[in-house]
Amino acid sequence: MKRLFWSLRIAIRALKVNKLRSALTMLGIVIGVAAVIATAAIGSGAKRRIEEQIASIGSNVIIVLPGSLTSSGLRMGTGNAITLSESDARELSLQCPDIALAVPAVRGGAQVVYGNSNWATIIAGTTPGYLEVRELSVAEGAPFTQQDVDGADKVALVGRTVVNNLFGDTDPVGQSIRIKNVPFVVVGVLSPKGQSPTGQDQDDIILLPISTAKRKVIGIKSANADAVDIIIMQAKSGGQIQAAQDQAKALLRQRHHLQASEDDDFSIRNMQEIFAAQEASSRILSLMLAAVASVSLVVGGIGIMNIMLVSVRERTREIGLRQAVGAKTRDILTQFLVEAVALSIAGGVVGIVVGVAASAVISRLAQWHTVIALSAVLLAVFFSALVGVSFGYYPARRAAYLDPIEALRSA
Amino acid sequence: MAPLIDVRGLTKIYQVGELKVNALQGVTLTMQRGSFVAVMGPSGSGKSTFLNLVGCLDTPTSGRYLLDGIPVEGLDRDQLAEIRNQKIGFVFQNFNLLPRMSALENVELPLLYTSSPTPAMDEMAKRALVSVGLEGREYSLPTQLSGGQQQRVAIARALINKPDIVLADEPTGQLDSRTGAEIMGVFQRLNQGQGITIVVVTHSDEVARYASRIITFRDGLVVGDEEVSGFHTGSSQPIGHEAPVGVWP
Repeated sequence: MKRLFWSLRIAIRALKVNKLRSALTMLGIVIGVAAVIATAAIGSGAKRRIEEQIASIGSNVIIVLPGSLTSSGLRMGTGNAITLSESDARELSLQCPDIALAVPAVRGGAQVVYGNSNWATIIAGTTPGYLEVRELSVAEGAPFTQQDVDGADKVALVGRTVVNNLFGDTDPVGQSIRIKNVPFVVVGVLSPKGQSPTGQDQDDIILLPISTAKRKVIGIKSANADAVDIIIMQAKSGGQIQAAQDQAKALLRQRHHLQASEDDDFSIRNMQEIFAAQEASSRILSLMLAAVASVSLVVGGIGIMNIMLVSVRERTREIGLRQAVGAKTRDILTQFLVEAVALSIAGGVVGIVVGVAASAVISRLAQWHTVIALSAVLLAVFFSALVGVSFGYYPARRAAYLDPIEALRSA
Repeated sequence: MAPLIDVRGLTKIYQVGELKVNALQGVTLTMQRGSFVAVMGPSGSGKSTFLNLVGCLDTPTSGRYLLDGIPVEGLDRDQLAEIRNQKIGFVFQNFNLLPRMSALENVELPLLYTSSPTPAMDEMAKRALVSVGLEGREYSLPTQLSGGQQQRVAIARALINKPDIVLADEPTGQLDSRTGAEIMGVFQRLNQGQGITIVVVTHSDEVARYASRIITFRDGLVVGDEEVSGFHTGSSQPIGHEAPVGVWP
């Protein structure tokens, strides 16, 4: 124990003598470890963010979009056909055992005016169940009700971004706003949701009863007054998503009178699928950063090996003397290995500090979440020690097997 | 009593490229415990090779070497290191102190490599420094010490493990003649007071006058071996020296 302590002391002293050289030697390890830490922090930050976004959309959400319109063999993009209806949504809720709730929605853009401010935002016409499916809540005031939908009342729920841009410090609840010159009463303010997975501001929205939205704001797009742009469903649990999806598909095909040979005139997606793609891309980024980090660690290791070889050469006479007074092969080996490991661990510790700082800067500048995981820190320390041992071994061995007479004779 | 050092037909051949150098060509001699031996001879006579073999820094090409009854010639690196650590103290011409360590730490160095490190290391090292007259300089770095003081630190280091034998290779070679005489006085006291066996390799007749036996080498063979009765009693007469090298303030 005391011997190990001595070796450590000798090592630190030897490293201190050449401060600049030791610092430069550590640089590779510092960069490598910092990269590992930052990568891990960004990676787990991204993962957590995706989880938060999934939560922000609402859990177990499945969306149904109208299918593509085929006209004279030309297939248009998704959503061009008006194939979904409010009654589809109603039937999905009623008939599918694995679907908790299905709500229809229509969407459109409009300029909104309050007093002398105005703001362009997204108008969504829907039913009260929308709040439940999207896991939205009302921060101030109250949500609109089924009666509002039935009576096509001119009431609006506004998102936080709309409030900030139109009302400033005024309490919006009870105020009257004009959407496409139609006056609406603000009955409530939605709690903030933040950004959607695609980077949209989910708080830049106004929710209206679907009936009012169709008649007064968005307009009826087709001959079918029942048509909607989207149906949002909630499966009863995460495990029931696939079943809910299958049931919805079967029911909609039946309701739309599709023959077995015909394609769906709608498309069903669940959020998990959408996020899986996003998670894959963030994983690729992490892998690339990890590759850079490991290259840097290897380069750092070679730097350590180089400096240790120089050190062994410079201290040949010291080694010879130690051998003369009784140092065994193992003693010299330990001394130089400890030195290499001390160097690499010191580099690792500095790297952790730099990595944590870099993560903080990134999360500040890019507004990304970063999460420093203890496991990443431990891994970094372990790897830097491993680099020290593996790249320090050859120089240390070379020192340990020097011929004492030759070593003593060297200048 | 068995001799401390017993070598028979010792040879050492160095291979230098194509060339074979017969550094020792059959040396047979014994040294008793407590003797003070000077080894002399011109450069290349084999005296340093002999000292390396006796000091277990090297193994002979052929021949026997019994150190305190132990046959040394077949031992491996680590066994030789163990013997050097336990039985032999080295003193070098250029002191060979580790530059960034205090006198005390330098003296403690051999203790670091003993099989069982002693808890009272500092105490032992301090006592060793006192015995060579360096009380109060425990925490000085080698650069803060004069040449003579540095050599005293080296002697203390050689003594710390209570060796059977101290081997000194030109111990006064880098000292001026007065300091050299002081160092030889230290060896003499150790020999006479504590009965430590001392072997000094030297060019200098003056240094050799401290010894009780002078062995002369030439061309890898012992050509002279004489007991000398008259001990140098440490007169103030400076020893003649081929080149007083060190000039220390």
